[in-house]
Amino acid sequence: MLSVDGLTKRFGGFTAVNQVSFEVGEGEILGLIGPNGSGKSTTFNLIAGTLTPTAGSVRFQGREIGGLKPNLVCRAGIARTFQIPRPFTRLKLLENVALAAYYGAGERIGRSEAWSRAEDALALVQLPVDGETTIDGLGAAGLKKLELARALATRPRVLLADESLGGLDESEMDQAADMLEHIRRQRGITIVWVEHIMGVLMRVVDRCVVLDHGEVIAEGLPQVVASDRKVVEVYLGGDAGEVQAQVAARARSETGAGGTS
Amino acid sequence: MGRLANLIGLVALLAVPMLGVSDYVLHLGITILIWGFVYTAWSLMGRFGLVSLGHGAFLGIGAYTVTMLWNHAGISPWLGIPVAVALAVLVAVLIGYPCFRFRITGHYFALVTLALGEIVLMLIVALRDWTGGSLGVTPASALSADVSFSLVALQVSSKGVFFYVAVGLWLLGLWVWKRVDSSMARYALEAANEQEDAAASVGVDVTRTKLTITVLSAALTALGGIAYGQYQLYINPETVSGIAKSLEIVFAVIAGGMYVRLGPTFGAAFTLLLAEGLRVAFGHDVHGLDGTIYGLMLVIFIIFMPEGILGRLARLWETRRAPTSPRTASA
Repeated sequence: MLSVDGLTKRFGGFTAVNQVSFEVGEGEILGLIGPNGSGKSTTFNLIAGTLTPTAGSVRFQGREIGGLKPNLVCRAGIARTFQIPRPFTRLKLLENVALAAYYGAGERIGRSEAWSRAEDALALVQLPVDGETTIDGLGAAGLKKLELARALATRPRVLLADESLGGLDESEMDQAADMLEHIRRQRGITIVWVEHIMGVLMRVVDRCVVLDHGEVIAEGLPQVVASDRKVVEVYLGGDAGEVQAQVAARARSETGAGGTS
Repeated sequence: MGRLANLIGLVALLAVPMLGVSDYVLHLGITILIWGFVYTAWSLMGRFGLVSLGHGAFLGIGAYTVTMLWNHAGISPWLGIPVAVALAVLVAVLIGYPCFRFRITGHYFALVTLALGEIVLMLIVALRDWTGGSLGVTPASALSADVSFSLVALQVSSKGVFFYVAVGLWLLGLWVWKRVDSSMARYALEAANEQEDAAASVGVDVTRTKLTITVLSAALTALGGIAYGQYQLYINPETVSGIAKSLEIVFAVIAGGMYVRLGPTFGAAFTLLLAEGLRVAFGHDVHGLDGTIYGLMLVIFIIFMPEGILGRLARLWETRRAPTSPRTASA
């Protein structure tokens, strides 16, 4: 579905992303993780079109999209969220999302279709669908949901979720993770989840790609990655126990539920 | 209800020249309508954070192109108008595209446009052999004691007739405003103004969206400059170009309110009546007094009433009506 090959980004003499390659399968939730400064955000922005690659390619459904402008990447079928929510505060909640539906569809849908897609996206993330709700009333968690709704309203095939959960408490983190899983289950959307806190992510993702100093240092199933010596060394540090616990919890719940999704 | 009120207002406006009012009153009316139109054109982009301090450039390009073509080449304004508007559009694209492409926004955008207004002013002065320099220029008159109207030259001596031209122009401005307001582009512009990256991330072509509204604004402003020239039958660089003119637009729009449709027109009436009032009260003795008062009032407006007079009134009206409407419904 999405294939990143030899992706490289240099800022002057500094190489932020170096020869990064990975594949994202259709319907998969891929965790793109790494400590601060590991290059995951740069990689994310290279895919989303916010940054132009120095070298390498990003192919989406066989088509090269590396270097396309963000609005064209969106229209091609890859939507993104922002780590720090960026709502359009002068517009109503529903208008925020309807705007995304309309322009995400390349201005080729009517107004009523745009509004109905917006209502659908808001309902999916459990935000109010009435036309009166303003941005002011949404809390931190609500704004995160708005980010998702706006991205989903563009009807993407791939969702790039920049979900730094740092500002949320534990139950909110759980809800955010559940939300992504819910979106995948409901819509079959492929998700790339960028995150630096490994714990809660491990419960939901199918596979992980771990970056450090701009390079891929591990890739694979969460339980395998979490026990990888290099990953534990450079990244997890004192957090290792917590991650192992999350992986164990997932294993238990999956056995209980009788298999994976 | 609103529609009916609009209609009554329009009929009343159209009846003004038939009421035998003095030429002075008609002159004030025409001036308010022409500048109301120009200010409306400015606000089309200004209300989305694209604050231009150089719209005088488009006024000047409009007025001077038409007059130069008529005076030096005998080309009728009928042809001169599209040429002038095309020129204004070209300049708008040359300035706008690099700004929007490279994300020059806010204060920096304002500074770029400020330079533009000055460049056009200097150009007019520098080409004094053609333009008459800072002394200004009069379109070669096609009017005489017997001829009060020339279709070819688009000149008319009757203020009553020109009043209707001005009304037509002003209505055009309001109509464009309404079209923009009810379009999806309005949402895109609001979004691009506030969060450019987020707007692009949902598929908005930010550069194109901003450029479109800039071009529209520039074209209408050029039309306003042309109308002013054809009405006054005299233009000079200071009245249709340069920083002073550009800032006057901004002041009027801020005073009137740039987020409501009639705000810019209200601003035009407000500033004109203020200027006339000062002129009557102090004559020309205290030079620069109106400019000083504009400046002071601008500061006061920005601090205490950023939505402008009409914007504030509209809000008061809404909040006053909101709590009473359920009662009137039950009564």
